[in-house]
Amino acid sequence: MTSAGRTIWAYRRENGRVGVRNHVAILPLDDISNAACEAVAAHIHGTIALPHAYGRLQFGADLDLHFRTMIGTGTNPNVAACVVIGIEPLWMQKVVDGIAATGKPVSGFSIEGNGDIATVAAASRKAKEFVHWASEKVREECALTSLWVAAKCGESDTTTGLASCPAVGNMYDKLIPHGLYGCFGETSELTGAEHLAAARAVSPEIAQKFMNTWSAYQRDVIEAHKTSDLSDSQPTKGNIAGGLTTIEEKALGNLEKIGKKVSFIDVLTPAEPPARGPGLYFMDTSSAAAECCTLQAAAGYVLHVFPTGQGNVIGNPIMPVLKVSGNPRTVRLMSEHIDVDVSGIIRREMTIDRGGDALIDAIVHTANGRLTAAEVLGHREFVMTKLYRSA
Amino acid sequence: MENTPHLLVHDRRDNVGVVVVENLAAGTSMVCVVTEDNSEFRCTLKQDVPIGHKVALQDLDLGATVVKYGQDIGRVVARVHRGEHVHVHNLKTKRW
Repeated sequence: MTSAGRTIWAYRRENGRVGVRNHVAILPLDDISNAACEAVAAHIHGTIALPHAYGRLQFGADLDLHFRTMIGTGTNPNVAACVVIGIEPLWMQKVVDGIAATGKPVSGFSIEGNGDIATVAAASRKAKEFVHWASEKVREECALTSLWVAAKCGESDTTTGLASCPAVGNMYDKLIPHGLYGCFGETSELTGAEHLAAARAVSPEIAQKFMNTWSAYQRDVIEAHKTSDLSDSQPTKGNIAGGLTTIEEKALGNLEKIGKKVSFIDVLTPAEPPARGPGLYFMDTSSAAAECCTLQAAAGYVLHVFPTGQGNVIGNPIMPVLKVSGNPRTVRLMSEHIDVDVSGIIRREMTIDRGGDALIDAIVHTANGRLTAAEVLGHREFVMTKLYRSA
Repeated sequence: MENTPHLLVHDRRDNVGVVVVENLAAGTSMVCVVTEDNSEFRCTLKQDVPIGHKVALQDLDLGATVVKYGQDIGRVVARVHRGEHVHVHNLKTKRW
């Protein structure tokens, strides 16, 4: 059987999407509702709180992104059911309604006029109900290619471009033509390879959409705010320690993870769900790992493959993040963080094709329920992207 | 492959390669492999270079373009000889 014909055991949600985890999420609409959400999660076994820093006095595109991220997180198929808590009822209800549209059990609570203690009590009763309900869900056999698998690399070095990113690209080349949804992002980190990225768009229109997105970030963010040539931030100090010298070199290695064959079929705004069917998508994201992963999970991606050279330790609360490394030193010194060792590629003992197969094996095991290194180590980085200061 | 490579080169057009073994010392006659076609050549390392770092495959003059993946990755800002370490001290981005 080809790798694309494999099956996994996963959760089929009300809207038909396939999830690989079965979380009951306790989602704060805003920063001041974190304490109530964490109190519910501490009380009700089997729930997970998703504290974050924002949600007050945002407006315009930044507020739209906040709602998109909140609703998308609750909607993600790895979440079985969701409790939302906000200070005020109206914005809280907007998120509840957005999540309920998928048919998923969701319930909202507001703190103003009730106080934390009464809110936590009421939300805890509902969360307990949801945990009983979710714990009766049974995994079903689903096609491997029904998964939505995102990718982002971090603490990259030169082995990333030689081994771990090409292994991810090989996996995409094998699975995307058979129905997998893929996603790459990191707008600033394609600088130096933007012409090669644009050439991988499915049509001249999508290539232009990509270049518009990339150019807008250069113009509106980098040129508007830079105080130096950015060489202190991109590449990072870790990248430089690992041998990467320039953004061009980093970008070329980064782009290896979209493989050699597939084209991307659309350009997504941050946290925007893909809407053109199966295929590879580019999303406009930061290159900071937690921000990028949070946006990809909010867009509906249920599993993440993360090539790392020097050893990024990122995880996500609702989306398993699988670490792939081709750096033998990192595999040895940070073994507890690495799920898939492809360092054989740089010794020429392992082909990129075999590296891709090893990654597909790890994806199947993770989808079936095996916890990733980041999950076992408790990495739950949930970081909202903020476009500008709140009012 | 008879020998485990010391240095990998992505593309035949590249003028730098990447050290892929730890503790590589100056004077080593490196086994260099071009990954796109598995062709092999030798190059003598002139300085100790850590794993993951780049080595020049030819003499590079001030202002020359450094090529990796067959693509432009920046310009030379201090002269480099074949076999020497290429990094932030002699290579700069052409962007931002």
